[in-house]
Amino acid sequence: MPQITYVHPNGTREVLDVPVGTSVMRGAILNGVDGIVAECGGEMMCATCHVYVEEDQLGRTPTQSDDEKAMLEFTASERRPNSRLSCQLVVTPELEGLVVYLPETQV
Amino acid sequence: MAAPLVAVVGTGQAGFQAAASLRQDGFAGRIVMIGDEPVPPYQRPPLSKSYLACESALDELWLRPETFYTQHQIDLLAGETVEAVDRRERRLRLASGSELSWDHLVLATGARFRPLAVPGAELDGVLPLRTLADADILRERLDHAREVVVVGAGFIGLEFASVAIARGAAVHIIEVTQHPMGRVVSATISRFFTNAHRRWGAKVSLGSGVSRILGADGRVTGVETSDGQYLPADLVLICIGVIPNAELADEAGLAVDNGIVVDECLATADPAIFAIGDSANFPTPFALGRVRLESVQNAVDQGRCVAGHIAGKPAPYDKVPWFWSDQGDLKLQIAGITAGHDTAVSRGDLQGGHFSVFCYRGGRLIGVESVNQTADHVVARRLLAGDPKLTPEQAADEGYDLRAHARSLAGR
Repeated sequence: MPQITYVHPNGTREVLDVPVGTSVMRGAILNGVDGIVAECGGEMMCATCHVYVEEDQLGRTPTQSDDEKAMLEFTASERRPNSRLSCQLVVTPELEGLVVYLPETQV
Repeated sequence: MAAPLVAVVGTGQAGFQAAASLRQDGFAGRIVMIGDEPVPPYQRPPLSKSYLACESALDELWLRPETFYTQHQIDLLAGETVEAVDRRERRLRLASGSELSWDHLVLATGARFRPLAVPGAELDGVLPLRTLADADILRERLDHAREVVVVGAGFIGLEFASVAIARGAAVHIIEVTQHPMGRVVSATISRFFTNAHRRWGAKVSLGSGVSRILGADGRVTGVETSDGQYLPADLVLICIGVIPNAELADEAGLAVDNGIVVDECLATADPAIFAIGDSANFPTPFALGRVRLESVQNAVDQGRCVAGHIAGKPAPYDKVPWFWSDQGDLKLQIAGITAGHDTAVSRGDLQGGHFSVFCYRGGRLIGVESVNQTADHVVARRLLAGDPKLTPEQAADEGYDLRAHARSLAGR
């Protein structure tokens, strides 16, 4: 099972095994990681599962859809080039070792 | 003095959010959530979408794992019913016989499915879709159902219809008005979706009600419509709307009028009692007068608003309403409340199924309905949060840059 690391704004790291096919968002919710809100449940109607992907891992993440790009305009924390909606990061073997940084706030 | 206690009646999305946000906002008292469903808080939208289609599993429905509630010291009484609210003593009477004293009471009681009062409605195979238990039954029935009649063409009925077709059933949708989803969308969107369902293979009868449901050996066999059709069926979904659960408030002497009547801060006439989510009837700048909305956005934002109020940061509720519906390969996104518009203009590719309808009342943009056009939806939510200053001519002009328009307003 790929390991995903969630880094809180204070630097605390939570390392979780997230099953292939599950999103990085769902992995956080199921394991009670604070800092992912996921108001709409992964429907890309909100931007409350916002994460910053480790810069040098961006190339391994799935391509951003136009819808995700549009919805990223609603992030409560600053949008950066490595901003993603974690509901769109579905875990595959290629994402083993992915590190995502949680923003200061989601709402 | 004992730590204050907030009792949240209802364990749906609104109740969950109120409890979670109270902790987030630093509320240090006790929080007790009480709900009559025997399961932890879950998401309702997938029940008529991915969950029904067997594309998502049960564990994806939970809003949080059960450990969340213990970690955040939220007492979750699932499978418990509140029988009465005693305002004078500030106490709840529970069906189990115990009582609970509260300092603040949040009524997030939701809504229940509206039954259809016709002969035969009690037959096996005539089913509602509101709760997880309902969805579990339908999910299994759809394994074998061959002929499905959907009574009522609102969001739930149409979402269900598109899943039933995809799962191999023949589907006949009957709608008593001429306009599917007509209470909440423009005529353009209503027509577009009606045509889409017909293209996907459903039959759609408009202006058609149910006179009776027929059965044999206790099981449904068909539906007789008000316009004289006989539609064979082994599964009938009744989805003609909901009834807000306002009885507790009513019996406690609080005002009820299509939901529990609250002020702009979501408080009832009793300042210690709030109502949020599907059961709350509230004033809004996004419509003429008061509304009661059934949506995730409304539940979440109102839960947050009331939590802030109780935690010492009161503010009026003023969030832009938004909604979505997934039907087949179409995603409908609505920003604002478009009911009551007097002008509607389209933008985009109607034929190709990527477009938006901009709805106006008295010259002011009041809502935007987008089909597979998220970029427009995002702009609409931004515009509606302030004074949109977007004319119908600008909205209809595809050369006009909506994002730049929204940015120019934000920069003022």
